[in-house]
Amino acid sequence: MQIVVVLGVLNAPLILAALLIWLERRFLALLQDRYGPNRVGPLGLGIVLADMIKIFTKEDWIPPFADRAVFILAPAVIVVTGLMSVAVIPITETIGVTDLNIGLLFFLAMSSMGVYSVVLAGWASNNKYALLGGLRASAQMVSYEVFMGLSLMGVVLLAGSFSLREIVEAQRDVWFIVPQFLGFAIFFIAGLAETHRLPFDLPEAEAELVAGFHSEYSGMKFGMFFVGEYVGVTVVSAMIVTLFFGGWMGPVLPGIVWFGLKLLFFILVFITLRASLPRPRFDQLMAFGWKVLLPLSLLNLVVTAGVLLLLKT
Amino acid sequence: MTLIYYLAAAIAVISTAMVITRTNAVHALLYMIVSLLSLALIFFTLGAPFVAALEVIIYAGAIVVLFVFVIMMLNLGAEATARERQWLQPVAWRGPAILCAILFVEFLVLLVAESGQTGAPAVVGVKRVGAALYGPYVLGVELAAMLLLAGLVGAFHLGRRVPSDGEEGES
Repeated sequence: MQIVVVLGVLNAPLILAALLIWLERRFLALLQDRYGPNRVGPLGLGIVLADMIKIFTKEDWIPPFADRAVFILAPAVIVVTGLMSVAVIPITETIGVTDLNIGLLFFLAMSSMGVYSVVLAGWASNNKYALLGGLRASAQMVSYEVFMGLSLMGVVLLAGSFSLREIVEAQRDVWFIVPQFLGFAIFFIAGLAETHRLPFDLPEAEAELVAGFHSEYSGMKFGMFFVGEYVGVTVVSAMIVTLFFGGWMGPVLPGIVWFGLKLLFFILVFITLRASLPRPRFDQLMAFGWKVLLPLSLLNLVVTAGVLLLLKT
Repeated sequence: MTLIYYLAAAIAVISTAMVITRTNAVHALLYMIVSLLSLALIFFTLGAPFVAALEVIIYAGAIVVLFVFVIMMLNLGAEATARERQWLQPVAWRGPAILCAILFVEFLVLLVAESGQTGAPAVVGVKRVGAALYGPYVLGVELAAMLLLAGLVGAFHLGRRVPSDGEEGES
């Protein structure tokens, strides 16, 4: 039974990533008043299959000037770390791969290991644009990791545990979005920066850096970055649902449906942001992080701890 | 659990040796990440999951990323690799290797003499680590905090731009 759950949880993000390619293109088109891909199959869903055939059959070229071993390793890292994080997310009361008592820290650890994928890809490509993309990625992701971790400590204080399942259980009365709105806002922005999605996609800013860290990648290795990005979006959305929106909890409908609906909502928010926000300059991004988000997340932590102490005494 | 421990320990030893012997700096750092990850696994098998997670987040996830960042900025080419290779002549490491071998033998002897008191250690949770840090070891935490603050101030001073030297100041 557990093996079915493990395989399901492992494969669901990959299938979801493939579907997200279609969803993102259709939804973006809707927001921008165009049709999007609508020719192949019902609602244009055949584009998923066509895209997959294309990406698997393209020539997978490794540039002769690249560092071969690291070049191959880099795209694998982002997908592996993304899928590892999925393992600690409790989907319903009974479904979930593992119930690690440091689940939250495990997620943070995996997201910090994911940095290597982008950084090493940029370095191994031996291309100045890729290198610049990699440099930007490492600075951006290391910085935003700090606030990401700090913003979650309020939730940990309220729940009194690092276990994601216990955090969901602690939201039986009131979702943590109410007492931890600031934490949620910081986590959301940091999550956006960690997955380097638009508007924070400076590591691959195509207007300045060709395609940033993955300029030299083609075929399925590029596909891995693509899948990794969507897995990242799914994981961050799932974490938002778990930490701030009560996970599987909700009236009438079964838990898995609630989890799916909440997850879909946050994925759509991610896509909407891509359609609506411009990209900041890199120094603006870093200054915003260190000068606004860091003090705010520290304030959130101090105030939450203070209020909890007051209530206790 | 014991098997996992020994496997992780073996990986830690091998990868650490690889860190020292690689001539390409980024490859060495990659092995260092592996070494830190195996250390985290060792902590985990010894019943310290919190320390294991911190090991990955702080060492593997932040400090080594900064190392990689600096190496990338320096953009060392093939000549740096060649120079490293020159430094790693057998003459250079023969002496330390012999001394290390003696230490290793001593360690093995002690290990064999001490054997007998094994057994699964109790799991040390987050709360116990926190209580220890802010209880008996609070002075150490405070001192480390001061050291880090000094580092922070120093970094700020070095990175500060003087607006008057003709450069465009930070807006």
